[in-house]
Amino acid sequence: MKYEATIGLETHIMQKTQTKMFCACRYEYGAEPNIHVCPVCLGYPGALPVMNEKAIELCCKAGLLLDCKINPYSKWDRKNYFYPDMAKNYQITQADEPLCLGGHLTVEVDGETKTFTLERIHQEENAAKNTHVAGASLVDYNRAGTALMEIVSNPCMHSAADALAYLTALKQIMEYGGISDCNPEKGQIRSDVNVSVRPVGQKELGSKVEIKNMNSFAFIQQAIEYEIDRQTELLENGGSVVQETRGFDSERGETFSQRTKENAHDYRYFPEPDLMPVKISAEQVEQWRSELPELPAQRRVRYVSELGLPEYDAGVLTADKATSDWFELAMQHTQNAKAVSNFIMGEMMRLLSEKEIPISESKVTPEKLAGIIALIDAKTISTGAGKQVFEIVFNDGGDPKAIVEEKGLAQVSDDSALEDWADEAIAANPKPVEEYKAGNAASINFLMGQVMKASRGKANPGAVMQMLKQKLDG
Amino acid sequence: MSELNNLTIAELSEKLAAGECTSVDIVNDVLASIDSNDGKVGAYLTIDRASALEQAQEADEARAAGKKLPMLGIPIAIKDLLNVKGQPCTCSSKILEGYVAPYDATVISKLREAGAVLLGRVNMDEFAMGSSTENAALGKTSNPWNLAHVPGGSSGGSAACVAADEAIASLGSDTGGSIRQPAAFCGCVGVKPTYGRVSRYGLTAFASSLDQIGPLSKTVKDSALLLEVLCGHDKMDSTSIEMEVPSFGKNLTNDHSLAGMKLGLPKEYFVEGMDPEVEKAVHDAVEHCKSLGAEVVEVSLPHSKYAIAVYYIIATAEASANLARFDGIRYGLRVDGKDPLELYGKTRAAGFGPEVKRRIILGTYVLSSGYYDAYYKRAQKVRTLIRNDFAEVFKQCDAILAPVTPTPAYKLGEKTDDPLKMYLDDILTTPVNLAGNCALSLPCGFSASGLPIGLQIIGDSFAEETILKVGHAYEQTTEWHKLKPKI
Ligand SMILES: [Zn+2]
Repeated sequence: MKYEATIGLETHIMQKTQTKMFCACRYEYGAEPNIHVCPVCLGYPGALPVMNEKAIELCCKAGLLLDCKINPYSKWDRKNYFYPDMAKNYQITQADEPLCLGGHLTVEVDGETKTFTLERIHQEENAAKNTHVAGASLVDYNRAGTALMEIVSNPCMHSAADALAYLTALKQIMEYGGISDCNPEKGQIRSDVNVSVRPVGQKELGSKVEIKNMNSFAFIQQAIEYEIDRQTELLENGGSVVQETRGFDSERGETFSQRTKENAHDYRYFPEPDLMPVKISAEQVEQWRSELPELPAQRRVRYVSELGLPEYDAGVLTADKATSDWFELAMQHTQNAKAVSNFIMGEMMRLLSEKEIPISESKVTPEKLAGIIALIDAKTISTGAGKQVFEIVFNDGGDPKAIVEEKGLAQVSDDSALEDWADEAIAANPKPVEEYKAGNAASINFLMGQVMKASRGKANPGAVMQMLKQKLDG
Repeated sequence: MSELNNLTIAELSEKLAAGECTSVDIVNDVLASIDSNDGKVGAYLTIDRASALEQAQEADEARAAGKKLPMLGIPIAIKDLLNVKGQPCTCSSKILEGYVAPYDATVISKLREAGAVLLGRVNMDEFAMGSSTENAALGKTSNPWNLAHVPGGSSGGSAACVAADEAIASLGSDTGGSIRQPAAFCGCVGVKPTYGRVSRYGLTAFASSLDQIGPLSKTVKDSALLLEVLCGHDKMDSTSIEMEVPSFGKNLTNDHSLAGMKLGLPKEYFVEGMDPEVEKAVHDAVEHCKSLGAEVVEVSLPHSKYAIAVYYIIATAEASANLARFDGIRYGLRVDGKDPLELYGKTRAAGFGPEVKRRIILGTYVLSSGYYDAYYKRAQKVRTLIRNDFAEVFKQCDAILAPVTPTPAYKLGEKTDDPLKMYLDDILTTPVNLAGNCALSLPCGFSASGLPIGLQIIGDSFAEETILKVGHAYEQTTEWHKLKPKI
């Protein structure tokens, strides 16, 4: 019998808001523990939540980017559970009326275009961070109450590759949309993964196993692959899968049982009496829609159709938002998209990875790159010299034009100087001259190389070629 | 008896303005009264004498500098569930022993801005759960009119301290009658404002959708003056309403005519088992209102009979979540355990009293999967019916007259063994909390044994002005409010 896996993801994304979801505290990753706290996020007696409007906007914009329907009426609920990561011992979340409904995401998996559908996106508050040390548990409430949205997919994926493509696209869209920085190391994107396996052709889904709270995409992929194999093997051997929550041991690459259905929490959801329902007008939705940024897929299409870049270049440039935004800025200063693309994909990426810095820290600014390209286009310097200038600016900063002058990198197009070098090259290399005259056109390249060498790279290659041809053909 | 502590906010404000006394004088008289009487009454849990005198001194200086503020120099007692920065806030529970509030409740900030002197913290049923202040874990309060009787609750300390002239006025909170019922038992005035009128920020929550902070005072005028200070939208409480606050105090005039006023008398509110003395006192009050020109009509609030059941489902459900934060991790009592869950269990077992535990268990039960629809959801539907009842009645009349409680204050210990019997006493007050509108309680007579009887005046949402007007007219044309207990 053949088996197929079904996978659904519940992805928690921390939004980029100035303040927490229900209080005025800031959030700062890596800050000294318990400094960004107040009576509200510490669950003090009498403290009340006040909704963060910016978080609502970001959640709805995330919904619009994923083609969700924005719920005109949504409300807040309390999810009750006792654990030291939740100061009030209940979490304010949205149970039956979330902010965003439906939606979908189209991705490419192994060359095949697939659309994954969403069930909902709801807004909630983040939990505190617990650390367990010998003999004690420590709680850091800095993260407690920060804005967190949960994007729930339908059980519509069938492989680890599907899930990875979905998460990668989701992360890219959230970054592009300015919704979140989605840094997995900082816990800004975490997923609960539901995996079930059933015989092909069976209508109802198999027993669901949930693997909770995973940051790393690589571990998510491993966990899914492990679960699919484990469950398939169980079924093949006539066994059955227990509906349960499992953890993932990243060192062994295995999942392990944490909590079975019998011990599942009863969260006793009920409407949050301290907050009013959220009402969102159609006008508000349209306003937000008009403010949405261009998504990577849209940018890719535009780079090809309007800027004439190859598909490959468009894909590389839009892979992450920082690079694509940098490219956009450079294009405000030049028309030569291909040259910008070449520099980014070549020198820029090489030097960035050598230095291990993000593009935002490059000393070559978009404007300076446009300056270098302008010097090349005006034939003031050769492309090779341009790369030299790029590297100098990248390492030490400075003005490209000044560097060209200072280092004497300007090309020589002056006929008399070129003529001298050309004559010398022809006189010193009779064999290639003969071969060229006999019809071997490529032989002229050797002579060209000699001239460039004599000029120490400063000769204008176009002018040299013209000069040589004039002398040999004439 | 010319001690300043016996006077009202209105009287003292005049004296202060005329330079006939200072705030320090008033506080000294109040403290003297506490010294001589509170050993018997037991209204206070904590008093910070030095701070009270210091605040009084500041108030006197501010007045000397020409400052005019509505509560300048007036000492007010605070129910022990309102957070006052730097003070304890125990809710009369062992679980909050040692907790010091790090912030001011919004009503406390408002009182400070109005120049009031924060006098001390008064007793209550633990977490406001109870009707006699006998559920208090940290103090024992008696009714100033008869020390063998309960002061009512949960704001028992707030009512007792005002009745005993151990404060000029006080703040209480009303979730199911917790201001009105003790006001009735102790013979003072208490107002449960419309839900959303007063910010709940800083009020330790019992049942969030029902709780409202309100004043207890010696006269209707004083309640009006205090209410004016307390009301208003607060961005820290999303359920507080953005609405202009009327000049409640100034609008009460010497014209005590109720001509043109239509008052409803709900037939369901004269329940079986009602004490005949209470019934008579209320009926006499109704006749008195007629004599002032009011028209009285019989009205019906048919779903009132479900109010107790609905109240004890919704209030306990909300309480079960609201009280979950008292877990021994961040403040208050902690009893260690081998893991967090054991720590929670031991802390809460040691920290909460039996009534609080009973309500948490009840609330947890009604929200449990499989029971939610039958209890909580159904209760919410009935709550809507109760609200609709009031809306219908207020189409026909301006305010409703009713008793506050079926009986006068009962004896200490008389009902502690039968919580259900005590719950049933809330029958006449809980419907107003469920509907969200406002009501006032004021004295309208005494039992033969000398215990006060209260009259309840119920108004539509945001109709505080109407009920204050009726209450003021009744009070100023009767003598009940002038009687004082002999302690
Ligand atoms: Zn905070």
